Amino acid sequence: MPKKIYVFKRFERFWHWSQAILIITLLITGFEVHGIYSLFGFEQVVGYHTIAAWTLVGLWIFAIFWHFTTGEWKQYIPTLEKADAMIKYYAVGIFTNAPHPFRQTTRHKHNPLQRLAYLFVLLVIGPTIWFSGWLYLFYDVWPEYGLANLPLEWVAVAHASAAYLMLIFLIVHVYLATAGHTPTAHIKAMITGWEEVEDEDEEKTKI
Amino acid sequence: MIYKSVGVGLFFAIGLIAASSNWVYGKTPDTVTPAPMQLSTADHSKFEVLQQRFKSGMELTKACLGCHNLAAKQVHTSNHWNWEIPNDKTGQLVGKRNVLNSMMVATSSNGPYCARCHISNEWKDEGFDFTAEEQVDCLACHDTTGTYASNKWHQLRVKCSACHVEWDKSKAREVVRKPNLSELAKQVGKPSVKSCGGCHFYSDGGDGIKHGDLDSSLATAPRHLDVHMAQDGLGYSCTTCHKTEWHQMMGSQYEPESKDEQGVDVAAGSRATCESCHGLVPHPESANPKLNNHVDRIACQTCHIPALARGGRPTKTYWDWSTAGRVDDKGKDIVERDDKGRVIYSSKRGGAQWAENLTPEYVWFNGRIEFTTMDDSIDPAGVVQLNTLAGGPDDPKARIWPVKALRGKQPIDAEQATLVAASLFGKKNDGFWKTFDWTASIDAAMKVAGREFSGQVGFVETEMRIPVNHMVAPAEDALACVSCHSREGRMKDVEGLYMPGIGSVPILDKLFLTMALLALSGVLLHGAIRVISSQKKG
Repeated sequence: MPKKIYVFKRFERFWHWSQAILIITLLITGFEVHGIYSLFGFEQVVGYHTIAAWTLVGLWIFAIFWHFTTGEWKQYIPTLEKADAMIKYYAVGIFTNAPHPFRQTTRHKHNPLQRLAYLFVLLVIGPTIWFSGWLYLFYDVWPEYGLANLPLEWVAVAHASAAYLMLIFLIVHVYLATAGHTPTAHIKAMITGWEEVEDEDEEKTKI
Repeated sequence: MIYKSVGVGLFFAIGLIAASSNWVYGKTPDTVTPAPMQLSTADHSKFEVLQQRFKSGMELTKACLGCHNLAAKQVHTSNHWNWEIPNDKTGQLVGKRNVLNSMMVATSSNGPYCARCHISNEWKDEGFDFTAEEQVDCLACHDTTGTYASNKWHQLRVKCSACHVEWDKSKAREVVRKPNLSELAKQVGKPSVKSCGGCHFYSDGGDGIKHGDLDSSLATAPRHLDVHMAQDGLGYSCTTCHKTEWHQMMGSQYEPESKDEQGVDVAAGSRATCESCHGLVPHPESANPKLNNHVDRIACQTCHIPALARGGRPTKTYWDWSTAGRVDDKGKDIVERDDKGRVIYSSKRGGAQWAENLTPEYVWFNGRIEFTTMDDSIDPAGVVQLNTLAGGPDDPKARIWPVKALRGKQPIDAEQATLVAASLFGKKNDGFWKTFDWTASIDAAMKVAGREFSGQVGFVETEMRIPVNHMVAPAEDALACVSCHSREGRMKDVEGLYMPGIGSVPILDKLFLTMALLALSGVLLHGAIRVISSQKKG
């Protein structure tokens, strides 16, 4: 019998979906700023991008606070244990209806590949994009901070590269959201907070 | 409320003073002559010395100098008088007397014809005395009717077709009328747009030909053409910005200021820069705050002069002297026009290209302009830069400026590989327009210039860039961000410039887009296999 566990708390779900909207907005507007296509017009799109960016900064302040006060930051501690099993599962098992090698619990919401991917987002993509983005926003005061000789293009390249990585993450992330035991299981969990898991004793299911 | 009552009180007080002064003096003041310059404290039409018939410009000048006894001395030290400007930045001696272009080539060799725009009465040849006070032609600038410069020029009786390839005979009588000096003298005043425009709108042989941002449409400018000079707006004249002290004009094109860092100082006399009135933080707080971040690297003109030749007069962009002189079977001049009636070939002037609403070109410019002169050797096979605007992305004094580019082909001394002057006008048999003989024309011109000429005529492609300053559009017509911030934006040919909107290292974009596409096709393929394999089981 499958059993339901409450994995994603209300703030977490709010954080996830508002962040999703903001990141998608930032990607759409950001690539226009980058000159890939023309949708809203440069002046408007820079405005939208900036508003979305500051909103996301605000959201992250709450999220960081939440993660540290609840101890949920531990969910992102990386591990390679069973990572090979996960890779094998995505490469073969998923097609042959093999059992999922990872048992989700409230203490271990993320499988080892998720942990690695999210950690990469949090530690590499995030800081790169924030730092370069702020430099971008405060371009006019660079000389006051001794950055007069920093080429804007470097900042742009860093910002755009991180954005491209975020886009790739988004593609894979959205797809893997359908890789639960039913295609919509993970998505439902992210909306309601409740995930169906195999009926096993939670205490025994450590990865 | 308090301000209102003070205001009303003041209003009555002023009315009372005005009324009582009339009452005290017992009469109403004389009606002020409706001269254009009502701000003046002098009505020249009442001066006794001007109540005479002037037979020559020199006679009139003597009358002017009777009161304005320092004026000629001041004029004698001005660029307008000397046509020769030592450029401190480059050490070159420039000015009209020294530089060349691909339009009318050179002033020095065209005797009285080019000199007719000089502010002198009778500069006819090399014998002209630049120290003669009575030679200063006061009316050249102080005529307020806007008729003098043109009439003066036409007294030369050059063949009309020399300039008016599209000559309308019906107007001939009007333009060649001798200026009535006595009448004009009574109407003198500060230079109007028309006074300056009498020469400056017609540089190099016709309305708007040379500059593109200076043509006769400015004399009756609507707001969208020039927000400062608009007849229905601020109504500035040229001298509002080109302030003059001691007859020295501010804002020479030979030594422009590319980046004014002094800010507002118009009270001390404008330096004919935008910043002189608008300051170093020119955009209001209500505007996009990014705009003020641009002023360190982008000249005001770049955004605020979105296009040249916007007043309905085309400007020449290309002048090819190498094909001039071709005549038809009967030996008559040829004139060819495009579908808009613009002359694209004439025997006298060669090939031409024109433009209206011309998008300027953009270059880094730090205020230093170096000219290629007849002293410099050139590469006859290359494109000779007649002037070089210095500056680049790493030069803090440089900003990106709009320029009007003049391109063309002009004569050279093929043996010495140098640029040459040429005589175009001329009643003798050495003017090109009379003989279509380059050798004779150049020979005559080089003699005037005191230079050697081998007799071997060639032609070289040339380019010249003139920084653009006029036809400032209203703010709502200024360039939008996207005009530059896009891959095909206006700055795409400006070197060493990175800005948002133009992408970055193209290979990086390709690499990442490929990766993203691979990720997308990867997950789609993965998903498809999942669907197929689950169907097989089902």
